[in-house]
Amino acid sequence: MFLSSNPQLNRHGELHHLLSIEGLPAAILWQILDTAQSFVGVTQREVKKVPLLRGKAIFNLFFEPSTRTRTTFEIAAKRLSADVINLAVNVSSQSKGESVLDTVANLAAMQADMFIVRHGESGAPYLIARHVGEDIHVINAGDGRHAHPTQGLLDVFTIRHYKKDFRTLRVAIVGDVLHSRVARSQIHALTTLGVPELRVIGPKTLLPSNVDNLGVHVYHDMAKGLKDVDVVMMLRLQSERMQGSFLPSPQEFFKFYGLTAEKLALAKADAIVLHPGPMNRGVEIDSDVADGRQSVILPQVTFGIAIRMAVMSILAGN
Amino acid sequence: MKIHIKSGRLIDPASGTDAKQDVFIAAGKIVAIGAPPHGYHANRTLDASGLVVCPGLVDLAVRLREPGFEYMATLESEMHAAAAGGVTSLACPPDTDPPLDEPGLVEMLKFRARNLNQAHVYPIGALTLGLKGTHLTEMAELTDAGCVAFSHGDAPLTDTQLLLRALQYAATFDFPVWLRPQDAGLARGGVAHDGQVATRLGLAAIPVCAETVALSAILLLARETGARIHLCRLSSAEGVDMVRQAKHSGLKVSCDIAIHHAHLSEMDIGYFDPNCNLTPPLRSQRDRDALRAALADGTVDALCSDHAPVDDDAKQLPFGEAETGATGVELLLPLALKWAEESRLPLAQGLARITSDPARVLGINAGRLTLGASADICIFDPERYWKIEAKALKSQGKNTPFTGFEVKGSVRCTLVEGQVVFESA
Amino acid sequence: MTKPSLPDAEELLAALTAQMRPHVTAQTGLVGIVTGGAWLAERLHRELKLEVPHGSLNVSFYRDDFQHKGLKHQITPSAIPFEVEGRDLILVDDVLYTGRTIRAAMNELFDYGRPASIRLAALVDRGGRELPIAAQFVGTMLELPAQYNIGLKRDAQGRLSLALQQP
Repeated sequence: MFLSSNPQLNRHGELHHLLSIEGLPAAILWQILDTAQSFVGVTQREVKKVPLLRGKAIFNLFFEPSTRTRTTFEIAAKRLSADVINLAVNVSSQSKGESVLDTVANLAAMQADMFIVRHGESGAPYLIARHVGEDIHVINAGDGRHAHPTQGLLDVFTIRHYKKDFRTLRVAIVGDVLHSRVARSQIHALTTLGVPELRVIGPKTLLPSNVDNLGVHVYHDMAKGLKDVDVVMMLRLQSERMQGSFLPSPQEFFKFYGLTAEKLALAKADAIVLHPGPMNRGVEIDSDVADGRQSVILPQVTFGIAIRMAVMSILAGN
Repeated sequence: MKIHIKSGRLIDPASGTDAKQDVFIAAGKIVAIGAPPHGYHANRTLDASGLVVCPGLVDLAVRLREPGFEYMATLESEMHAAAAGGVTSLACPPDTDPPLDEPGLVEMLKFRARNLNQAHVYPIGALTLGLKGTHLTEMAELTDAGCVAFSHGDAPLTDTQLLLRALQYAATFDFPVWLRPQDAGLARGGVAHDGQVATRLGLAAIPVCAETVALSAILLLARETGARIHLCRLSSAEGVDMVRQAKHSGLKVSCDIAIHHAHLSEMDIGYFDPNCNLTPPLRSQRDRDALRAALADGTVDALCSDHAPVDDDAKQLPFGEAETGATGVELLLPLALKWAEESRLPLAQGLARITSDPARVLGINAGRLTLGASADICIFDPERYWKIEAKALKSQGKNTPFTGFEVKGSVRCTLVEGQVVFESA
Repeated sequence: MTKPSLPDAEELLAALTAQMRPHVTAQTGLVGIVTGGAWLAERLHRELKLEVPHGSLNVSFYRDDFQHKGLKHQITPSAIPFEVEGRDLILVDDVLYTGRTIRAAMNELFDYGRPASIRLAALVDRGGRELPIAAQFVGTMLELPAQYNIGLKRDAQGRLSLALQQP
């Protein structure tokens, strides 16, 4: 039955696939964060490569288009001296074509060692992980609204870099939580690592029912929600949500839920601001905040490479 | 052929019989119960010691996938599966391709089914042409061709004015109308129950109000028009509550639930098991418990399999993309028994929900062991545990969420019109 | 079989320091291999009064047994606080055995730059080389049966000692 065992862990309890942060013990999260710390050093040297994954074939299997995530995975893999093959699978609703499993089976036959999968449907990487041979590792680069574990990890890594101890923090996640795989991964990572107060802020149309079940406090008033927080995590608002039945307009969203300097001032004076990118300036976040001294958005990108190097290394060695 | 079923435990829920009694069959009918008729010599004797002898099961929803969906399953494979499940009468929904909206199609289906000499097939006709929701079908003609009721399958019926007219027309002739209470707008895009599992897994959600809003409309229109309504596949505690109140107030309405909703909840989705992609969705454990209680107190009249075989290619997909539905006609008996046992109800009551009660809903002469009635009989072992394995199912569809379940109730022999249509080793 | 007796690490360190003193300059870069070698490098750096800050090397990303052993939980990243290019380096490790760790360390150092030279200082040389690697400065030679492993320990006061370890 599907409930029987955690598909991410092998029988020794080590990480075999990275599909979601939910279900991972804190020890594995710490292992990834600490390993990434070592790779930050590597990314700062002149020779940014290590030979760890030399000879390994890593396939970027993107069923949903994305240049930035794919590029960071590619850079990370190359810095580990792995061979990277990029596959943008054309998925149109009209032509079904080759099924997900057929695509994967064909690639596995080409001696793939690792699949990095991004798909528009929640759960797709689980389907793939269930059907690959036991020597192949699967990394979820984002599935539907469900999870984006490497993003969640690089976000907590960034927070640790600036704030050190999770156990004293108040963190707020702002925006479209309903449709956000990033938010779900962030919530699981932060609760597992011991953040005592986690808040979500957004209009009712953009917060899932039962979200408090995930261990968060719900706020619809951003002024109240941001009061005294140490970390503000902004979510991207996709254009299709900006008008219609979820929201009337981006302007109204910005008025109530956009991060301006004025609203940020309600948080602690040394609060940091994160955003997974790409930003919609003037919709989720004001330019002067995005480019301001409290923003850690650019370091997030650098840390993202180290995190992905860490995940790939740990998986390849298990 | 004269068949003597001997030493079995006869359970006939309709008459309240639960005793060791023999059954004597001749010319396709039950000619005696208890003692043989004078001068009776059996051609064949079936030894039913240790086994239960009950009416052949009546399943209110079995998709045979013909015409149009032969790659998923065929009449042959699914009728064989039904026989293996002890089902001797089944109702077939109209959502074939083309839908059962013309007398010719209905006659063809009945003809094909008849020739296979297995269960009796009762087609449910389409309420509108092509199930498109705009034109009424020739319900009288379709009834003449063999339809016992009219429904809209899983297709949304969004035009409430058309629904009103359809019910008025059906009420004119007292044709039963079977409806799934699901509001198209509220269910749009959703694939799972709006609860904690959908939130965690990031699945597009279908709130309970998709069922209750639709139920509300249907019940009000039923009262308005006097149409005979049967509600298909309830899924929520609030939904069955509404039906309970409607029945209490005197409205003539019946309803059923599927085996899946009697046993499973959203929790069973686990790590995105596409076999749990069902319509209506599996809801919370609280909803499941309310459905089970409603089946016990009679608010829910019958349990059905909602049999929907799906080919592997269409099921082994990411959850939201997988074709909805589960195979299950072979599991109706064991899962009904499991519900009855867990609810501490007598075996006879469990059997009632899959024999006499659905027969009453369908309005057919079946689901009971009476003298002179067609010898449609199921003989099963009530004690032996067996494990449900998808691969071992006779249905062409292996898509069941019950793989690994240990259940009791294995069919040993099924008879339709006095002929053995299934026998296990 | 009786457990082998181990020499005093502090005494060996003193001997090593004496050997190295005539061979270091103001520009010498000392690099200790984590963890035992890094502790030694820290002590040597102090004793030898070197000007250039000492570095530490975590060779986990360069090892040749990654496929079998996987990646240990990383605690200490490498840190080389000086320019490697054109510099005379001394690598420091606690136990020299097969030579594979030193091979990995050299590969890693070359990714930082092209040193003028690399010499090796080891507290204990237990033989058993599988690669053509040799130490220029050695605390002591020690014969150890293959089933034993030794490593350096450091107590709360900073005193070093050698101990048997699980292989």
